[in-house]
Amino acid sequence: MSAVERVPTAQRWGDDVVARVSTGQRLAALTGSAARGGTRLAALLAHGGQLDLVETVVPAGSDGYPSLAERIPGALWYEREIHDLFGLAALGRPRLDPLLLPLAAGTPRPRPGARRSPATLIPEPAALPGHVEGPGVFTIPYGPVRSGVCEAVEYLVEGPGEDIQHVRVRVYAKHRGLEKRFEGMDPVTGVLLAERVEGVASVAHALAFAQAIERIAGIGVPPAAALVRCLYAECERIANHLHSVIGLTEAAGLAVATARFGYHKEQIMRLLGEASGSRFGRGVITPGGVHALPAIAPEQLLGRLTRLGRAVDADARALMGTPSFLDRLRGTGPIPHTLAAAHGALGPLARASGLPEDVRSARPYAAYDRLGEPSGQARPTGDVLARTQQRWAEVRDAFRLARAATDALADRPDPQHELAVPVPPDASGRAVGWAEAPQGELLYLVELAGGRLTRCKPRSASFHNMALFGPSFAGDITTDFAFIEASFGLSIAGVAG
Amino acid sequence: MPWVLRGLRDGVVTSRYPRYDDGYPPTWHGAVEVLPHEGPPAELGKLCPTGAIEVEDGQVRLDRGRCILCARCVTARPDVFGFTAAFQTAGLSRGGLVVPVVAETDEALAAVRDGLTRRVRALRRSVHIRHVDAGSDGAVEWEIAALTNPVYDVHRLGIFFTVSPRHADILLVTGAGSAGMLDPLAETRRQLPDPVVVIAAGVDAISGGLVSPSYATRGGIGAAVDVDVWVPGSPPSPFGLLHAILLALGRVPARRGKAAP
Repeated sequence: MSAVERVPTAQRWGDDVVARVSTGQRLAALTGSAARGGTRLAALLAHGGQLDLVETVVPAGSDGYPSLAERIPGALWYEREIHDLFGLAALGRPRLDPLLLPLAAGTPRPRPGARRSPATLIPEPAALPGHVEGPGVFTIPYGPVRSGVCEAVEYLVEGPGEDIQHVRVRVYAKHRGLEKRFEGMDPVTGVLLAERVEGVASVAHALAFAQAIERIAGIGVPPAAALVRCLYAECERIANHLHSVIGLTEAAGLAVATARFGYHKEQIMRLLGEASGSRFGRGVITPGGVHALPAIAPEQLLGRLTRLGRAVDADARALMGTPSFLDRLRGTGPIPHTLAAAHGALGPLARASGLPEDVRSARPYAAYDRLGEPSGQARPTGDVLARTQQRWAEVRDAFRLARAATDALADRPDPQHELAVPVPPDASGRAVGWAEAPQGELLYLVELAGGRLTRCKPRSASFHNMALFGPSFAGDITTDFAFIEASFGLSIAGVAG
Repeated sequence: MPWVLRGLRDGVVTSRYPRYDDGYPPTWHGAVEVLPHEGPPAELGKLCPTGAIEVEDGQVRLDRGRCILCARCVTARPDVFGFTAAFQTAGLSRGGLVVPVVAETDEALAAVRDGLTRRVRALRRSVHIRHVDAGSDGAVEWEIAALTNPVYDVHRLGIFFTVSPRHADILLVTGAGSAGMLDPLAETRRQLPDPVVVIAAGVDAISGGLVSPSYATRGGIGAAVDVDVWVPGSPPSPFGLLHAILLALGRVPARRGKAAP
C-alpha cells in the first residue's frame, strides 16, 4: 500500500472515495472486515503506480454506510458482497440483491475477520429476486448444471426471444467461504489455499498472496526465485488465453482449430508439469521465494518454448485469417471505452477497450522490471474480436517474457544459490499483494498477527469483470452467448470465493 | 482447406494408453508414497496441512484422498515420503486410497469390483459422462475438458461427454460440496437412468481437501451422492481421470503392455 487514510465517519469516507474517483483514480476494490466495535470498510484506489487504502469503521448497530454505486458503478458488486458477508446495507441503494450468499432474513452472517463464525450456512434461493415476467418476455434459466464441462454458474437470459436484453449472473452455488477458511492459517499453508481460490490462475494467486506476506515481513525474494515466478506466471497466462480461444473456436464449430489449440494448451501444461511437478504450477511459490528451480535445464526449456511459441503463432495467424470465424466475433459483446473506464475494468478485457493498464508495468513485481515491459496492444474496439486479438498479443508477449526469464536463469553463475528467504514466524501487519493474473489485476489484502492470518481477502479480476458480463449483451442474440462468455475468460471459482 | 492441412501437421499425437504404457515425465508429482524407512517419530502427522498422514502402531499411513500434493512432507522427510509420477491412483473404495494399502481389504475390494462389473456390463464399450461441478476451484474442469483434446482423445475408447443427464451413464463430480450445489447435484443424480457410476474427481470432492471445513462446504460430495470411484489429485490429471473411468468400467488391462514403439 502506498498510503493509508483513516476517515472518521462513513459519510465522509464515501465522499472521499467519490472525490478520488472523480479525479481519475480507479476503485480497485471495496471490502469489509469485522473489527472491534463494528465493521471496518476499506476502499483500494489505484492511480499512477500507487495503491491507496481509504478506510473507516461503521459502528455496530448503525444502519450501514452510504452507497457508492450510484456514482461509481464498479462498486455495486462489492456492496452486494459486503451485504452478504457482513449484513451491512449500502444506504441509498434500494435493492441490494444477494450475490455470494443468499440467506433468509435474520440469519447470522460469516463476518470475515471476526473470531467466531456460523458453523454452516445454507443458501436460501427464496432470498433472490424473481425473474422477469410479462407478455412476450422470456427468461431462459441456464445452469447451475450446464451443458459441457464447465464450472457451475446460473445465467438468467432475459429477452423477448432471440434477442438478449438482459443477463443476470448467479454464482452463489459455488461459494466456498474461503475468506473465513484462510483465518488462523500460517502463511505457508495460506499460499496453498490461495492456489485453490481460482485454480486456473494458481500461480498468480500464490504470487499475489506471497507478495503481501513478504511486504508485511519486509523481506525481499532471491533474484532466481523472482525469475521462476515470472516464468510460471507467463506459462499460466498462455494456457489461460489458449483456453479462452478454444472456447471461441468450439462455439464457431472449427473442429481442427479446436484440436490444434487443445494440443498446444496440453503442451504448455505438460511443460509446466514437467518443470514444476504440477500442471498448474502449484506448490512452487512460497512466501519468501520458491521451493525449486525448474526441473528442465534452461537450454532445453528455451528450445521448447521457442518451438511451441512458433507453432501457436502460426495457428493463431491462420485463425485470425479465417473470415467465417471473424464474422462471429466482429461487433459481438461490445464493451465501449466509456463503460470499461466507468467500471474500472481489468486485464485483457479492459485493454481491448482501450484501457492499457497492466500491473506488470504499472506496479512491477517479481522480475518484471528486468524482463522488459509487456507491450502487446490490440486495436481497442471493445468487441469479442478485439479481446481475441488482445489475447494473441499477450500470448506472444508471454512467450517472449518466459524466454527472457529462462535466459536470465541460465545466466546465473551459481545454481545452488538460495531460493527462499524465511518469513519470521511471528510476523504481524497488513499489506496488499498484487499480480497481473491472466484475467487481470489480482489483489490480496492480508492481515497477519503473530504469524497467523487474521484476515485474507482475495479480489480476483474475475469478480470485478464479471459485473460487466450482463451489460456487454447490448443487441446480441442467444447464439452469441458462448462467444461472449469465452471472450471474457473468467473463472467462476474466482468470482464466488 | 488450409485447416485440413494444418490438422495433419504434427501427425498422430494421441496417446496409446491404456493399450500401451504412457504417462507424464518422471519429474511430475503424481502422488506421494510412503518409502521403506526406520522407526518414524510420532509428530509426522503434524506435517500435513490436510491431516492426510497418520502414524498408527509405528506404521505411517498416507491418505491420498486428503493429500493435496503440497510437497511439505516430501521436503521435510525425504527419508519417509517421496513423489511418484504414477497416475493410476484411483480406487474403488475410500479406504483403498490409503497407502501403504492394508492387506485385509483386498477381499472386500474384490466384492466391490464384482458388484460394479455386473452393474456396468451393459455400458462398457460406449459410455456417456455427465460432469457436475459442486464447488471446485476450476482446475479440475480444465483437466476433464482436456480428455477430448487430441492427446487423450477419449472418443477413441467409446467415451463421450453428454449434455443431458438422462443420456449419461457416469456422473463425474468435482468440488468440495458447496452448500448451494448439493441440491442441484442430488437432482442431477436422480435424473440419470440406472445403472449409474458416480466418480468423485479430486481430493476436494473426496474429502473437501484444503477448502473444507468451512461454513459453505460439506467436506466432499459424499453428502449428496453415493460414490463408486475415487480419484485423488489436486487436481487429478487427465490420465488419472481416464484411468478412473476405465476402472469404473472394468477396462483397465490386468497386465500392461510394453512402451509404445
